Amino acid sequence: MPALAMPEPDADILDRRETIVAGLAALVGKDAVIHDSAATVAYECDAFVAYRCPPLAVVLPSTTEEVAAILRFCSQHALPVIPRGAGTSLAGGALPTADSIVLGIARMNRVLEIDTANRFVTVQSGITNLAVSQAVEADEFFYAPDPSSQLACAIAGNIAMNSGGAHCLKYGVTTNNLLGVRMVLMNGEVVDLGGPHLDPASLDLLGVVCGSEGQFGIVTEATLRILPKPEGARPVLMGFASNEVAGACVADIVRAGVLPVALEFMDRPAVIACEAFAQAGYPTDVEALLIVEVEGSAEEIDEQLDRIKRVAMKHSPEVLRESTSAVQSDLIWKGRKAAFGAMGQLADYICMDGTIPTSQLPHVLARTAEMAEEYGLRVANVFHAGDGNLHPLILYDANKPGDLDKCEALGADILKLCVEVGGCLTGEHGVGIEKRDLMRQQFTDADLELQMRVKDVFDPAWLLNPAKVFPIDMSAPRRLRNAPGRAA
Amino acid sequence: MGATTSSPGDEAQLAEAVRHAASARQAVEIFGGGSKRGWGSPLEADTTISTGKLAGITLYEPEALTVVVKAGTPLTDLQSALAEAGQHLPFEPGTYAKLLGNEDKATVGGTVACGVSGPRRIQAGACRDALLGVRFADGEGAIVKSGGRVMKNVTGYDLVKLLCGSHGTLGVISEVSFRVLPKPEAVGVLLLTGLTDDQAVAAMSAVLSSPFEVTGAAHTPKGLDGDPVTMIRLEGFEKSVRYRCGELKERLARFAPADIETRPERTAAGWAWVREVDTFAKREGAVWRVSVKPSDGPAVVAAVADEHQVEALYDWGGGLVWLLADASGDCGEAVIRRAVADVGGHATAMRVPDDAAVSARFHPEPPPVAGIVAGLRRQFDPHGIFNPGRMGA
Repeated sequence: MPALAMPEPDADILDRRETIVAGLAALVGKDAVIHDSAATVAYECDAFVAYRCPPLAVVLPSTTEEVAAILRFCSQHALPVIPRGAGTSLAGGALPTADSIVLGIARMNRVLEIDTANRFVTVQSGITNLAVSQAVEADEFFYAPDPSSQLACAIAGNIAMNSGGAHCLKYGVTTNNLLGVRMVLMNGEVVDLGGPHLDPASLDLLGVVCGSEGQFGIVTEATLRILPKPEGARPVLMGFASNEVAGACVADIVRAGVLPVALEFMDRPAVIACEAFAQAGYPTDVEALLIVEVEGSAEEIDEQLDRIKRVAMKHSPEVLRESTSAVQSDLIWKGRKAAFGAMGQLADYICMDGTIPTSQLPHVLARTAEMAEEYGLRVANVFHAGDGNLHPLILYDANKPGDLDKCEALGADILKLCVEVGGCLTGEHGVGIEKRDLMRQQFTDADLELQMRVKDVFDPAWLLNPAKVFPIDMSAPRRLRNAPGRAA
Repeated sequence: MGATTSSPGDEAQLAEAVRHAASARQAVEIFGGGSKRGWGSPLEADTTISTGKLAGITLYEPEALTVVVKAGTPLTDLQSALAEAGQHLPFEPGTYAKLLGNEDKATVGGTVACGVSGPRRIQAGACRDALLGVRFADGEGAIVKSGGRVMKNVTGYDLVKLLCGSHGTLGVISEVSFRVLPKPEAVGVLLLTGLTDDQAVAAMSAVLSSPFEVTGAAHTPKGLDGDPVTMIRLEGFEKSVRYRCGELKERLARFAPADIETRPERTAAGWAWVREVDTFAKREGAVWRVSVKPSDGPAVVAAVADEHQVEALYDWGGGLVWLLADASGDCGEAVIRRAVADVGGHATAMRVPDDAAVSARFHPEPPPVAGIVAGLRRQFDPHGIFNPGRMGA
C-alpha cells in the first residue's frame, strides 16, 4: 500500500463504464474519447511517477463549448474530473482515480491574439509555455514565467499550479503575469475573469483561480502579459568554500540594491553531478556555486556586475568567472539546466520544493545535510536562492524495498523544517497529492476550512480534482456528501 | 461610523470583537485611518472596528526583501522604515485623501483592503502582486491566514488575492507581509508637450514596448499651464537612467521633442500629482476610475465626452483613466458604463455625491461571476456583517 492513499473508486461508476463512454462520445465524437485500457495507461500518471492509476476514460475536447458539454455531463452523472494540461506535474496534480474522467486540454493549443501595443497575448490553454514566448519572439517580446519543463508544460497547468521558474526574482510567477482567463465551471457555465485591462472590477477571482490546482474549473483560454525582451543578459559564476558563505553573499547582493534576473544556487553534490553530465566547466572543488544573471544594455550589465563582484569579493570566492561571450553564458546555464537530467543518471530521485526566508539558507542547508545523514540518503541542492525556493533532490533506489518510503519521510521532514523557519511546503510545484497530508504543518484547521469553503463555491459537488490539496481525511466529508456510493 | 467603536489591541481581542458583532448581527464598519472613506457605497453601521491599535512592524528582513506589518500601522511609518534601509513598496500606493476630501492618515491595512496601486503598477506590479501574506478575522471571528512571508508560495489557495481589494467585505485584516524592493538610486522623467490623447497613448505604448523598463507613463490633456503634458519615468542606477533617457528621447522624437527632468524633488512631486489625482482633487464634479486596455483609453473618453461633460487624466500608459464628470443626474454612469462595455474593462465611481443617481459604485459583474462573488462573501462572512453593501449587493 503506497504512503499516499487515494480514495477507493466508486463501484457504481465503474459499472456504468460503457454508458459513460458512449455519453461522452456522443458529445465530442469518438475520436476525442479514449477508453481502451491499452490507451488510457498513457494518462495513468504525471511527472510524479511513483503513483499511477489509469482513469475510466480520457476526453480531449477541441473547444470551450465541448469542455462545457463534458462538464455538464460529468456533473449530471457525478463523475470526478481530473483536468490535465501536459501531465508534467511533480506533485501528482493530474493523477487520476479509476472512476474518474481525465479532461485533457492538449488539443486546444492555438494562439488567438497577439497585441504588442497593449502587451498581451490570448492563447488557448493547451499551448506549451515555450510556444507562447516563441509566438511573440519575432516582435521582440517574451512570456516571463519559465518553469524548467517549459518545452512540454501547458499554460493550463501553469495557471493551475501558479508555476514559477528561474527568472521570477525579477518578473514574478504565473499569477503576476496572468491578465485573464476564460474558465468553464463544473456546471458547464463559462466565465471570463480579467482581460487585457488591469485589475478586477470587484473581488480578484482571477487571483484565487490561479494556483487552485484545477479544483475550481477548467481554464480554456488565457490572456497573458508579455514583456519586451531585454537588450542583453549576462551571468557570472561564483564558487565558495561553504554554503554559509554563499548564503551570506546572496543576502549581501540583494542588500546592495541590485535586482538580478536570476540568482541560482547549487551545492557540491549537485555541481559534481551537473559537471559530469554537461561538462559546463564548473569548478568541482567548491562547496557552493552561485549563478547570478543581470540584464540590460552592455554598459548597464557591466555596472550591475561590477556591484555584484564588489559584494562577492568581500566573501572571498574561490572562483569568480564572468561570462564574456554568448557561448560562455550558454555553458554556464547548460550545467544548471541539466541538473534534473544529471541527477537522473545517478539514481532515482524525488525533487522537493519548499521555500524558506533567505535569511535561513545556511541553517536549512546544514540541517538538511544532517537529516539526510540520519536517514542514510544522499541529497543534492539546486535552487532559486534569490527567492528562497529550495529544490532538494533526494536520491534513492527504486529497486530497493523501503527506499522510496525512507525518501518520502526525509522529504516530509525537510518540508516541515521549511515551515518551521517561516517558509512553506511548496514554492512552485503545488500541493497535489504529494504534500496534501502535510498541509496541517503549515495551516490551522480554520485556515484549511475556509479554503475548502472557497472550493464549495466554485465546485459545490467536489467533482473537480477531488482528494488533492487537502488532507484526505479532511476533505472526505465534502467528497462523500455528494457521492455516498464512494468510499472516502 | 457605528454608534460604538472597538479598538482591539491584538488578534484575540479582534476575534472577540467580531464574534460579539456576529452574535448580535451588528453591521460593522471597518476603519483604518479614514483616508479613503467615500470610496464605495455609504453604509449604515451599528458598530465600528478600528485597526488603529494593531500597529507596528513585526519583522523586517531587508536582505530577504520582506516586511511583516500590522494592519493599523500608518502607511507613512512603514514607508519611512523601508526608506531607512534603502527600500520601498514597489507598487507606489496613493491614499486618495485629497481627492476624497479626507484627512491623510492612510494605514497599511486600508491600502491592502482597497488594493491601491500607483503609477509604478505597470512595471512593478499591483498591491496584490507585492502582497505575500495576510492574517485576518473572518465573519465568525476565526483568525485565518493565507500566504506567508516568502515570495514563492503556492501552498493552498491564494486567499491573499481575494482579501486584497475586498474593501473589508471578507474579513478584518490584522497583519500583512509584503515583498519590498530596492529604492531606485536615480529618476529621470521625459516630458512631452502638446500631444493629443491618441498621440500620447501611442507614444506611451512605444516606450512601454521597448526594453527600457519604463516605471511610469501618464498623460494629462491639461497640464499646469494648460497644455497637454505626457510624462515617462525611468528609474534605477544613475548611469543606466541617463542611458535609457537618451534612448527613449530618440524613440520619442517622432512624437515631440522631450525635456528631461532629473531633480528628485521635481520628479517626486510630478508623480505624486498623478498618483493622487491632484488635478481633480479641488475641482467640483464626480470622479470615475476606468480601467481599459491602453489603446482603448482615448476612444472611451471621446465616446463619453460626446454625451456627458468630462475631463480625463491617463495613467498606466493609457489603461487607467481618471474622469472628472459633471455631477448632475447619474454623474455620467450610463454613458461611461456603455463605453467601457463596448471595449472591455470596468469603471468605478470614486467620488460621487451621496444622493447621486448612481446605481452601482463598483462595476456590475455578469450573472455567473456575480454569483461566485456573492457565494464567496457568504463563506467568509456568513452573517453579512462586514461593511455591508460597500461593494454593492
